[in-house]
Amino acid sequence: MRYIPNSPEERAEMLHQIGLDSAADLFSSIPADLRLARDLVTSPALSEIELLSGFERMAALNTGAQRPSFIGAGAYGHYIPTVVDHIISRSEFFTAYTPYQPEISQGTLQVIFEFQTLVCQLTGMEVANASMYDGSTALAEAVLMAERVTKRSKVITCGAVHPEYLDVVNTYVQHAGIEVHHVEFDSTTGQISASLAEALDDKTAAIVVQSPNFFGCIEDVAALAQKAQAAGALLIVAITEAISMGLLRSPGACGADIVIAEGQSFGVPLSFGGPYVGLFATREKYARQIPGRLVGEAFDKQGRRGFVLTLATREQHIRRERATSNICTNEGLIALAATVYLETMGRRGLQEVALQCAQKTAYAAWRIAGIPGFSVPFTAPRFNEFVVRAPTEARSLLTSIALERGITGGLALGRYYSDRPNDFLVCVTELNTRQEIDALVDGLAFIASKKAPKMQR
Amino acid sequence: MESEITKVTSHISHNETLIFERSRTGRIGYRLPPLDVEESPIDSIIPSRFRRDDDLEGVPEVSEVDVIRHFVRMSTWNYSIDLGMYPLGSCTMKYNSRLNERVARIAGFANLHPLADESDAQGALQVIYELQQDLAEITGLPGVSLQPAAGAHGEMTGVMIIRAYIDVRDGAGASAKRRTMLIPDSAHGTNPASAHLSGFSVKTIRSTKEGLTDLEHLRELCSHGEVAGLMLTNPNTLGLFEKNIKEICEIVHEAGGLVYMDGANMNALVGVARPGDMGVDVIHLNLHKTFSTPHGGGGPGCGPCCCTKELEPFLPVPRITRVGQEFKVDYGYPRSIGRVKAFFGNYGMMLRALSYIQTHGNDGLREATEAAVLNARYIAHGLATDYDKPFDAAPMHEVVFTDKRQSRKGVHTLDIAKRLIDYGFHPMTIYFPLIVQGAMLIEPTESVGHQELDQFIAAMRSIAREAVVDPELVLNAPHSTRIGRLDEAAAARKPVLRWKPLS
Amino acid sequence: MANVPEDLHYSKDHEWVSVEGDVADIGITDYAQNSLGDVVYVELPKAGEEFAANESFGSVESVKAVSEMFSPVSGTVVAVNEALADEPEKVNGDPYGEGWMIRVRLSNPGEVDSLLTAAEYEDFTKAETE
Repeated sequence: MRYIPNSPEERAEMLHQIGLDSAADLFSSIPADLRLARDLVTSPALSEIELLSGFERMAALNTGAQRPSFIGAGAYGHYIPTVVDHIISRSEFFTAYTPYQPEISQGTLQVIFEFQTLVCQLTGMEVANASMYDGSTALAEAVLMAERVTKRSKVITCGAVHPEYLDVVNTYVQHAGIEVHHVEFDSTTGQISASLAEALDDKTAAIVVQSPNFFGCIEDVAALAQKAQAAGALLIVAITEAISMGLLRSPGACGADIVIAEGQSFGVPLSFGGPYVGLFATREKYARQIPGRLVGEAFDKQGRRGFVLTLATREQHIRRERATSNICTNEGLIALAATVYLETMGRRGLQEVALQCAQKTAYAAWRIAGIPGFSVPFTAPRFNEFVVRAPTEARSLLTSIALERGITGGLALGRYYSDRPNDFLVCVTELNTRQEIDALVDGLAFIASKKAPKMQR
Repeated sequence: MESEITKVTSHISHNETLIFERSRTGRIGYRLPPLDVEESPIDSIIPSRFRRDDDLEGVPEVSEVDVIRHFVRMSTWNYSIDLGMYPLGSCTMKYNSRLNERVARIAGFANLHPLADESDAQGALQVIYELQQDLAEITGLPGVSLQPAAGAHGEMTGVMIIRAYIDVRDGAGASAKRRTMLIPDSAHGTNPASAHLSGFSVKTIRSTKEGLTDLEHLRELCSHGEVAGLMLTNPNTLGLFEKNIKEICEIVHEAGGLVYMDGANMNALVGVARPGDMGVDVIHLNLHKTFSTPHGGGGPGCGPCCCTKELEPFLPVPRITRVGQEFKVDYGYPRSIGRVKAFFGNYGMMLRALSYIQTHGNDGLREATEAAVLNARYIAHGLATDYDKPFDAAPMHEVVFTDKRQSRKGVHTLDIAKRLIDYGFHPMTIYFPLIVQGAMLIEPTESVGHQELDQFIAAMRSIAREAVVDPELVLNAPHSTRIGRLDEAAAARKPVLRWKPLS
Repeated sequence: MANVPEDLHYSKDHEWVSVEGDVADIGITDYAQNSLGDVVYVELPKAGEEFAANESFGSVESVKAVSEMFSPVSGTVVAVNEALADEPEKVNGDPYGEGWMIRVRLSNPGEVDSLLTAAEYEDFTKAETE
C-alpha cells in the first residue's frame, strides 16, 4: 500500500526482530471471538485514476454548483483570492498539528494571534479566540457563557435568527437548565419585535440577536445593547454574513457583550456546508470565561518575542468537567484561510467588497420590486439579502427558474417558515454580475406571468 | 547518533513581524471588477448610524507580495507531518494524502451551497451516504451521523443520545435519577467535559496495576442504580486493549447503563476488530486521526457518531438516506436529539475520508492497522532498556513510558521532549494520561519507515545518555530552534491576546 | 524541604490558618505552591461572602493546573488580598506573608482545634509524597 513506507518484507523483518511470527500475533491481546474473521466490505483499493473518475462522476451530478446562484442564508459565495489556497496548501500549515510545542509551531501561533487581532478589529471587541467550529456552535457556546457569567438562566432569542442556529442552541442548552424564550420578528420591518420589552426581566442572562438577520434586515444593535444593559443582561450579536463587517458599524461599537460570527465569507469555499469557521469575541473582563483556545504573546530567556497557547486552565484538558467548553480541535486551517483573505483584501478591499454587495443588492431589490406581482415586504435597511414575495408559490417558481433559465434564484422560505409559502430569500454578492441579476429578474417576470396570467397588480 | 546544533541566525525570515507591523497606508493586494450597476447614494441604502465610522482602522494594507512572503516565512517556523514523524500519542499523525486534497477541491463539491435543492446535490449526498455505509461497516454500528465537527462534538452528541434513550426507556424524569457517567481515570479531558454538557455528573473508575479498567471497582460503581453509562477508550489511553471489554459492557448493561466508546484510538482496530461486536452502544470517530484528514494546525476535524439500531432514532437530524436510486435529506425523526451544527457538518473532511477509504480498500485498511501497531511495538521494544515502561502488557498502536529513571538525575519529561526537538523530531505527547507520572505517550502511526523509527529510537537513547552525562544540555533544550522556551507563566499572568497600535 | 511555620494551623487540603481573636487569615502552604508551580491567577471571593468549613472559596491556577481551595473554617469574608490580582506570584514567593488570600471572621472558633498542627501537617505531607 503506497502510503505505508515499510514494505511487506521490511515488516516481516521487524516482526522477527521483536519476536513475533506474523502480523496476526500483534493482536493477541484481543480475544479471538472479537477478532474479525472476514475482510471488511467497504471498497476495493482504487488507483488515483479510478478514484478521481468516481468522484468527478458524483460531482457532475451537483447541478447546483454549475449555475449562478442567489442563495445566502448562512453560506455565501464570495471571491476567493488565488493566494489563499496556495498558502493553506503549504505542508507546514496543513499537515502541522495543534501548536502544543511552541518552539516549533510559531508559524501556526503567530497566524492565530493575527487572526484573533483581526476578529477584534472587525467585531469591535477586545478579545477573540482561535476559532469555533462554525457560527451556529459559536452561538450555542455564547449562550452557555452568558449563563456562566450572569448566573441567570433565561435567554431571549428572536425569530429572525438563522433557524438552524436556533436549533443548535436548543440542542446545546437542553440539559443546561437554560430556558430559551422566543420573541417574534416584526412582520413590517423584519427586525426583532417590540414584544422583546415584555420578555426582558431580571432573570435574563442574554438577548440573542442576529444582524444582518436571517431576512437580511439590519437590527438596531445599539438600542438593543442599551435595553440589555438596563436589565443586567448580556447582548449576544450573531453575524452570518461576515463581509457585512466591512460596511456596518461593529457590534462592539454598538455595545455588544459577546459577538459570534460565521467566518466562511472570508476566503472559504461553500463546500456543501463545511468546514467553516466560528468567530468568537468578547470584552476583556470575560476573557477567563471564553471557550476555545487562546494565543498570547510570550518571551523567551533572550527576550525574543513569540506566541503561545495560554489561559489553558479554562479548557477541557485541565479543568475537565468544569471547563468553559469541551472544544479541543477547532478550525485552525480555515482560520488561516480567513486570515490570508483578510490580509490580502485588507482595509480597502474589505470595504470595497461590502460596498459592491450592498449596491448590487439594492439594484436587484429595486428591479425585482418592479416586477408586476412581486414585492419586497420588509422595510428595515438591508445589507446583501432580502425577502421577495412572489405572486405564486416560491418553491416551484424557483425550480422553474433553475430548469428553464439555469439560475438558482434564491431560497424558498417555506423550508423554515411554513406560513410564508410565497416568500423567498435572495442574496447578492460581488460575484453576481449585472447580467446575472437582470437574467434573474427577466426569468422571474416571465415564469410568474406564465403561472398566474390573470393576477392583479 | 550525532547531532549538529546550530545557533539561531538573524536571517530575515526568522524575524518576520506581525502583519500589522508590515502594513503601510496605500498598499494594495487585490483587485475587483468595477461596480457594474448604477450606484445609489450609500445613505439611501444604509443610514449612516448603521455604518462603520472607523474606516476599518488597524486592518492591514499590504501588497500581494507582502502576503506571500509573510505567510511563507511563518510557515518555515513550523514542524509538520510532511517533514517527518510526529509521535504524538492519541493524535494519529499519519500521512495527509495529496489526492484527498484534490478530491476536496473538485469544483462540483467546492462550489455547492449546502441549501441547494436535493435534486441539485445528488452527488454530494451520495458521498455522505457512502461514507456512512463504510463507517458503519468499520465500526459494526449501523446508525451513523457525520454532522459533528470534531471528536469532542461527536462525544457530546453520543452522550446526549444516551441521555435521550434513557429518558424514553425509563420514562421522562428518569434521567434525573440516572445522572452518573462513569469515566476512567486515564480518560481524555474532553470526556468529562462532554458528559457535563449533557447534564451528567462524573464518577471516576480506577485502573488496575496492569493499566486496565478495574472490574471490581466498575461493579461497585454500577451497583448504586444511578449509572447512565460508561465512557471508555479502547485501546485505552495507555495503548492497551481492554481485553475484558465484553464483560465491561455486560456489567454496564446489566446495571441499566449504556457504553460509549471514545474512538480516538481506532487506528489499532480498523479491519481487525469492531466496537459494535464488543458490546459498545455508541462511538465517535475522529476523521482527522484514523482517516488521515489533515490537522491543519488545530482543525478542521470531523467527529462522526455511530450507534446501534436501538439508538438510531436519537441521532442528529437531518439524516441522509437512500430511497431507490435517490439520496434524501430526511428530518422525520421525532426522537432525534436535534441538530448539533448548521448544515451537514464538515463536508470537506468527509470527501477526504471517503477518498482515504477507497485508496486503501478493504485490504489496505487492515494493512495500515497492522503497520501502525507494528511500529509502536517496535519502538516499545527499542526503548525498553533506557526508559521506564510502566505496563508489561503488549501495547497496541501507542506506548507509554515514564521519566522515572531520568528524573533521578533531575531531568523530566518536559526536558526530554524539548531535547528531542534538537534531534529533528516533534516531541511525543507529554503528561497525558494523567495517571502516569511524567507520561510520554508515543504513537508513530503506520506512516513511518523503519529507518526513521531507528533514528527516533537512537535519538531517545542518546537523550537518556545525555541525561546522565550532561543533564544541562537536556534541561536547557531546545538549542536549535529560532526561539527558546517561552515564559508561559508571565504570558498567563498578563495575557496579551491581540496586537494593538502604539497610541 | 517545604517551610511549615510552627505558629500556624493547617488543613489536609494544604491551606494554612493564622488566628487572632475571632479573625483568621487563610492561604495555601509552601508545599502547595511548590507542587502547583508558578501561580498565574487566583480566584477569590468578595468581602461579605460566607463559607462553611470544607466549602470551596476559590481556586488557584498555574500554567498547567488549577486547584480548588477549601475553607478550613466557617465564617464571613471580611477582607481579600487584592494585590494577588496584579501579582499572583506573591503566592509562590511568600505563601505565608504577602501571599495571604482571605481574612475571615470566624463563626465557630472551636473549629480551629480540629485543624492540624505544624508537626501533624509535616507528617501528613511526608506521607503524601511516599
